[in-house]
Amino acid sequence: MSTERPLRILVGKVGLDGHDRGVKIIARALRDAGFEVIYTGLHQTPEMIAEAALQEDVDAVGLSILSGAHMTLFPAVLAELRQRGAGDVPVFGGGIVPDDDRAALMREGVAAIFTPGASTQEIVDWVRATIRPRTE
Amino acid sequence: MTKQEWVEQVYRRTPERPVRFSTVSDMVVEPLYTAEDIGKADAAARIGLPGEYPYTRGVYPSMYRGKPWTMRQFAGFGSAEDTNARFRYLLDHGQTGLSTAFDMPTLMGYDADQPRALGEVGREGVAVSTLDDVRRLFHGIDLSRVTTSMTVNCTASVLLAMYLAVADDQGVPWDRVGGTIQNDMLKEFIAQREWISPPEPSMRIVVDMIQFCAERAPRWHAVSISGYHIREAGSTAVQELAFTLADGLAYVQATVERGVPVDAFAPRLSFFFNVHNDFLEEIAKLRAARRMWATYMRERFGAADPRSLMLRTHAQTAGASLTAQQPLNNVVRVAVQALAAVLGGVQSLHTNSLDETLALPSEQAVTVALRTQQIIAEESGVTNVVDPLGGAWAIEALTDRMEREARVYIDRIDELGGMIRAIELGYPQKEISEAAWVYQQQVDRAEKTIVGVNRYQSADEQPPELLRVSAEVEHRQVERVRQVKRERNGTAAREALGRVREAARSGENLMPPLVDAVKKMVTLGEVSDVYREVFGEYRDPAWL
Repeated sequence: MSTERPLRILVGKVGLDGHDRGVKIIARALRDAGFEVIYTGLHQTPEMIAEAALQEDVDAVGLSILSGAHMTLFPAVLAELRQRGAGDVPVFGGGIVPDDDRAALMREGVAAIFTPGASTQEIVDWVRATIRPRTE
Repeated sequence: MTKQEWVEQVYRRTPERPVRFSTVSDMVVEPLYTAEDIGKADAAARIGLPGEYPYTRGVYPSMYRGKPWTMRQFAGFGSAEDTNARFRYLLDHGQTGLSTAFDMPTLMGYDADQPRALGEVGREGVAVSTLDDVRRLFHGIDLSRVTTSMTVNCTASVLLAMYLAVADDQGVPWDRVGGTIQNDMLKEFIAQREWISPPEPSMRIVVDMIQFCAERAPRWHAVSISGYHIREAGSTAVQELAFTLADGLAYVQATVERGVPVDAFAPRLSFFFNVHNDFLEEIAKLRAARRMWATYMRERFGAADPRSLMLRTHAQTAGASLTAQQPLNNVVRVAVQALAAVLGGVQSLHTNSLDETLALPSEQAVTVALRTQQIIAEESGVTNVVDPLGGAWAIEALTDRMEREARVYIDRIDELGGMIRAIELGYPQKEISEAAWVYQQQVDRAEKTIVGVNRYQSADEQPPELLRVSAEVEHRQVERVRQVKRERNGTAAREALGRVREAARSGENLMPPLVDAVKKMVTLGEVSDVYREVFGEYRDPAWL
């Protein structure tokens, strides 16, 4: 088991909002938990996220959206990944997402949405329990 | 008995609870403060009197006995008509000034019909692409009778041009138009992170606006030097204080270097601070800010006009302190924070709404937030005495300590070569990230209590009614921008935009050609594209 490579997680901000306090904390918590974290920085488009996910060969994509544009941007990232044959890469996220929207996004295929008050441990535990290495 | 004798012989007889007695910023505080803590010979001069240098006790002699603070609730969502309706609602309910929130595309320099705006139009503020939108936004509101605050930064030059164009429509002379535009680009790179171009040209546009307003629109505050976002990004109170004042000093330095005499513009510099949960720390921060600013302005820049020395500030309660869990508790947090702002002597205040961690505020939530201010102003009695906490040993000792610790940061930034250089090195950004990380760990380990989140949780909460922005807003706004572009005189618009480009290149003040351009229906996105072309685009260095 010790030869198993660490999970690679792309963490990024999609859309125009610059609230990166949360995403940086999550990136750091995942890194400290032993995952390999690729942080994209701010102001990414769905295309940029999907391209980076492919190039970096990641096992999951974590997105932060605090602009209220989550109903557009999460599905757009899922679509861009599918278009590139990477529809199996789990996408999870966090932000100011009302309960109804959260349920709708999960139905569309977002793996998890964490909302304000979630602890870093909760997110780390979820990644550890849910995400598996993608490449065989 | 000295304080030390008391601590050793009396206090230690009873055990303390086994917790860390520290502020929300993790500043460890002493169990007791006495006259010994402030008893240095110059205490009287440091504390002073209200309306007197160094303004520790407030910038005006009569403070709220003379005039209550301005109750200024930040509002904006959906279309210009939606926000105009909210403005009128707030004015009808006793609000005394307007404050405009723009959507992300407006804040980042994109028109509603540009691809990067998709899904974001009208979501977290009002969408403005052309002068037509600003006309609708202020429809029926007399610009000579209200003061307006506009929270916008990298596109502030365009919004100011549009506002002045609406003043021209109404026949209100520019020297009678009052308000504030945030326009604090340094804190964008440090914390809020909305930008178009790199720090140097961004600073040039800010200085253009300070100079232009000093000469042509003297009642406008061309920059609101903002700690709010620095704090929301996770800084400590001391970092908020230090980085904000350092930003202010950088604007003054750059404007003086442009050749504008300090007393010609400094009276119109204003500030914007966060007011977080830690009551004593926040009051001390605001008092330290006034004293430090007065001292720096006099000693570093030789400012002589007393108004140049006075730090006048807006404040807002801390959005990041509010919780999605048990949202009614947020009313109490906001009340405590608002009281700290008032006891700290602010000139205007926004109180956050209880539902903000879930969505944009509903009308009911924003009304409770406004009522909170009215209760403090008219029922609590704290406004009857000027700076009622002045001279309290704990308050004065914490004020001194905030100043001491903030000066260490400002000295460090000076050593690095000033704020722009410090930003390029990532210094303030990394300090803030570190503080945010430390705080989150304390919360995760429940060393810092957040009621309803890591203690006193309840099951089965009913979510409150949330304000929803319809997707229809985006479609309408996209169509409206396209219509304006179709119907305008294309040649006149192109020529006017060309003059903006020339000014950007030559270093001539951008504001006069911008006012002309927006009147020719040049869009916010088109001007921003010129900035991108001439000044280049700034990219997030993505430091963790």
